[in-house]
Amino acid sequence: MEKKEILLVLQAIFREVLDDENIVLSEETVSNDIEGWDSLTHIQIIVAIEQHFKIKFTSKEILSWKNIDEMLHSICEKKV
Amino acid sequence: MLVFNDLKKNLKKDLSKLKKLRLAFLGDTATQFIAQAIKGMGVEYHLDIDLFEADFNQIDRQIFDPGSELYHFDPEVVLIFESSHKLLQKYNKTAPDTRRQFAESTILSVREKVSVLQERTKSKIIFCNYTEEDDRAFGQYANKVAASFIFQLRKLNFLLQESAVQTTNLYICDLSAIQNTIGRERFWSASIYTHTEMVVSIDALPDFALSVVRIVQSFQGQLKKCLILDLDNTVWGGVIGDDGIENIQIGQLGIGKVFTEFQYWIKKLQQRGIIIAVCSKNTASIAKEPFEKHPDMVLKLSDIAVFIADWDNKADNIRKIQQVLNIGFDSMVFLDDNPFERSIVRENIPQITVPELPEDPALYLDYLYGLNLFETISYSNEDSQRTQQYQKEAERLVFQESFTNESDFLQGLDMRSDTKSFDSFTVPRIAQLSQRSNQFNLRTVRYTEDDIKRIAQSDKYLTLSFTLEDKFGDNGLICAVILEKQDEKSLFIDTWFMSCRVLKRGMESYVLNAIVDLAKKNGFTTLLGEYIATPKNEIVKDHYKSLGFQPKGDLWKLDIDQYERNSNYILKK
Repeated sequence: MEKKEILLVLQAIFREVLDDENIVLSEETVSNDIEGWDSLTHIQIIVAIEQHFKIKFTSKEILSWKNIDEMLHSICEKKV
Repeated sequence: MLVFNDLKKNLKKDLSKLKKLRLAFLGDTATQFIAQAIKGMGVEYHLDIDLFEADFNQIDRQIFDPGSELYHFDPEVVLIFESSHKLLQKYNKTAPDTRRQFAESTILSVREKVSVLQERTKSKIIFCNYTEEDDRAFGQYANKVAASFIFQLRKLNFLLQESAVQTTNLYICDLSAIQNTIGRERFWSASIYTHTEMVVSIDALPDFALSVVRIVQSFQGQLKKCLILDLDNTVWGGVIGDDGIENIQIGQLGIGKVFTEFQYWIKKLQQRGIIIAVCSKNTASIAKEPFEKHPDMVLKLSDIAVFIADWDNKADNIRKIQQVLNIGFDSMVFLDDNPFERSIVRENIPQITVPELPEDPALYLDYLYGLNLFETISYSNEDSQRTQQYQKEAERLVFQESFTNESDFLQGLDMRSDTKSFDSFTVPRIAQLSQRSNQFNLRTVRYTEDDIKRIAQSDKYLTLSFTLEDKFGDNGLICAVILEKQDEKSLFIDTWFMSCRVLKRGMESYVLNAIVDLAKKNGFTTLLGEYIATPKNEIVKDHYKSLGFQPKGDLWKLDIDQYERNSNYILKK
């Protein structure tokens, strides 16, 4: 799966979890850019990503991401 | 089943029309998601839950500090969630030679918390039991080692049950049952726990929330009271009219055992007080034949309160059943294997619960267990006699049809009432009625057994309870009145509720006469009554007016000296 496609899936997940249809993600997006993306909703987003891609993140990974690009990276690694 | 995000979205809805409820939530882990899920699930069940969430790991401080936020909040319900993971951490730190007493010492601290809460509040307490987590330190041999963690955890759950039996206001939220159903893999996520201190996974939140809301709902008297059954392919396999009594499927063989086990389940519901009715498209005599003659039938005609088998529309027949039972449609459940009948009933009577039974009868029971429709918060011996009472009610209706004049009918019933103050024998039943009565209930203030005991002993109150029996049988205790002494002259009718089984028998008049007699005897001259409207008690809206009370502000007033006794046909027993 292309990184771009994954980004669109991520965007859909963010929109669903945060209940906001106007969210637009880019690789540089960080949590401060998105209203409602806090430590609590982050957990929901992670679980939704795990379920969608049928993957599991390690607790280390969950803590390490600084922006969307790094999340994409972790997902790509597992989906190859 | 709803997912957590659906529940979160519920919180954005307009909650202004929902019933409000104050719930305090104390946990020893990060509970934000659970709190959101409970609020969101509340919305599904028409509750606006005002939820006070204590800060992380503050259970003891909130309970033992009399000035804590918990007591300021003044909750109606306190939910306590101590997780088994924290329990394991505590156990890990104990000295090995004390571990045999781990459950005992933990239950002592639970009981202490519960008793302090009971002293300081009138809240109902819901305590979550412990989901099983096995450290496998002893392997399966742990079952033979009293000091092992799993041994102590299971013992603790058992001790919690015992405490709940002994403590009226303590209820258990059966988290352990949820984990047993959905599996530990879905209930718990180690990676999320590690950096959030959350011990319940997002997938398990709706189940947890539903369990809590179901208990809260039952506190409010929203209970299922009646199960209406179709017969062919629901209670037995096959069609009695076509296949004949020898060929219907029931018993130990093949698919038959599914129906036998299903009938045992219904029998247990009946034995604990759920009213069982039959609504079947059949010729009555043919439909009754298996109940009378088939050796493998678990259900007998004596278990069925109302039996309707004819060729009329099922929605109309369910309305007839409702008339005999005189309970709300929302307290009824209808089981039918036929999707067409289900949808007719659902469309015509939207309040009734109509489960989508699976096509395969083998799956009926697991599906119904999963729905967990029959919560309750009380159980008394009287519950098990309810079927008989409703069968009598059906006989009464037939008897009534033989009279054209209502007073002739009432006189012919030969009614007697045992009328007295609350005593230790009547307290449990009065508390139960206080929880269950929705329609004939003037103020709908719910009292627990402890409350009723306190009121019975207090000199601030006068109390009356009433039974009613007639030529067809004894209805048992059907009405209670609590009179609060406001000053030397006036009594306020704090509580007046009555079972709807005895409506239209002149009981209201008899009760008012008894109240007036008691008031006079104690030197009071004025009675004050109040009607507080709920979605369900419309039938008593004009209660005080029709009994001769005069409006006084929002209240109703009766001058005892001017009172002319209302006539009725009930004699004091």
